[in-house]
Amino acid sequence: MVSENSDASADETTALALKILVAGGFGVGKTTLVGAVSEIRPLRTEELLSEAGQSVDDTDGVDHKVTTTVAMDFGRITIRSGLSLYLFGTPGQDRFWFLWDELSQGALGAVVLADTRRLEDCFPAVDYFEHRHIPFVVAVNCFTGARAYGAQDVSRALDLDRGTPVVLCDARDRDSGKEVLIRLVEYAGRVHTARLLDSVG
Amino acid sequence: MTEDLEGSQWYDSEAGPLVRPYAMTGGRTKPGPTGVRFDLIALVTLDKGAPGVDEDSLLGPEHRALIDLCRTETQSVAELAAGADLPVGVVRVLLGDLLELGCVTISRPVPPAQLPDERILREVIDGLRAL
Repeated sequence: MVSENSDASADETTALALKILVAGGFGVGKTTLVGAVSEIRPLRTEELLSEAGQSVDDTDGVDHKVTTTVAMDFGRITIRSGLSLYLFGTPGQDRFWFLWDELSQGALGAVVLADTRRLEDCFPAVDYFEHRHIPFVVAVNCFTGARAYGAQDVSRALDLDRGTPVVLCDARDRDSGKEVLIRLVEYAGRVHTARLLDSVG
Repeated sequence: MTEDLEGSQWYDSEAGPLVRPYAMTGGRTKPGPTGVRFDLIALVTLDKGAPGVDEDSLLGPEHRALIDLCRTETQSVAELAAGADLPVGVVRVLLGDLLELGCVTISRPVPPAQLPDERILREVIDGLRAL
């Protein structure tokens, strides 16, 4: 269990960090989006896959342990001293799903990037966040050459819950990326308020 | 390919250094007795006055690298992993050591469900607009 000791030493003014995930299919522009809005060069962090192989290790012994790494992109936006937003690009490949559980723990919300030429690539991410009740927006990365669909078309095609925002964006553009994040934080706030009201009433 | 060589296919140029990562932690894969799993955005602050921070004796080079990264400003676990070029799992173990030695404090992120009020989200939105 998590101990509460760490809280005792932390005073009320300690720094606050919020986490936003950027998900979507392979090559849809997750790294690009993180890079466009991050104030730091996108860093890549690596996570060991040792836990996924733990059951194997138990029987096979340590000398057969295979460690490989999976890269995650992340970026940071400092709102003010003591309040930062961290963005994590989730690994695109299906076999790294287990990492999502850790990433989504305590996340404020998620951006699901979609490409209308292969919309189905973002289905798993939409399902994932819907099932876990994590607020998310769908950001349609408008690739040049891709036929333009309206936000409503995408919303219908993805069968999104009412209220889930769909934003058209250009993942390379900083202002466009900022707008996506603003829409997400606004939406997360609305979801949060609604849940509070639910729990009271 | 013979059976003997099968394992070596993992070590292409993408596989990184050949030293097994958990060699740096003495084989430990979980942080010390506290057993707390630090979140990727848990913030690590150096306690500059703590004994041990400026001593080389107890700590390994990777511990020192983490301390040096924290010297300029508070860092998240993810940033430390990227900055030290170490896997997050390894960084968690090393941070557990530093926490036990009293060299750092590590804050747990506030779950969004416990955000005090909308003020912070408003602040985030305004901050994003102002960027």
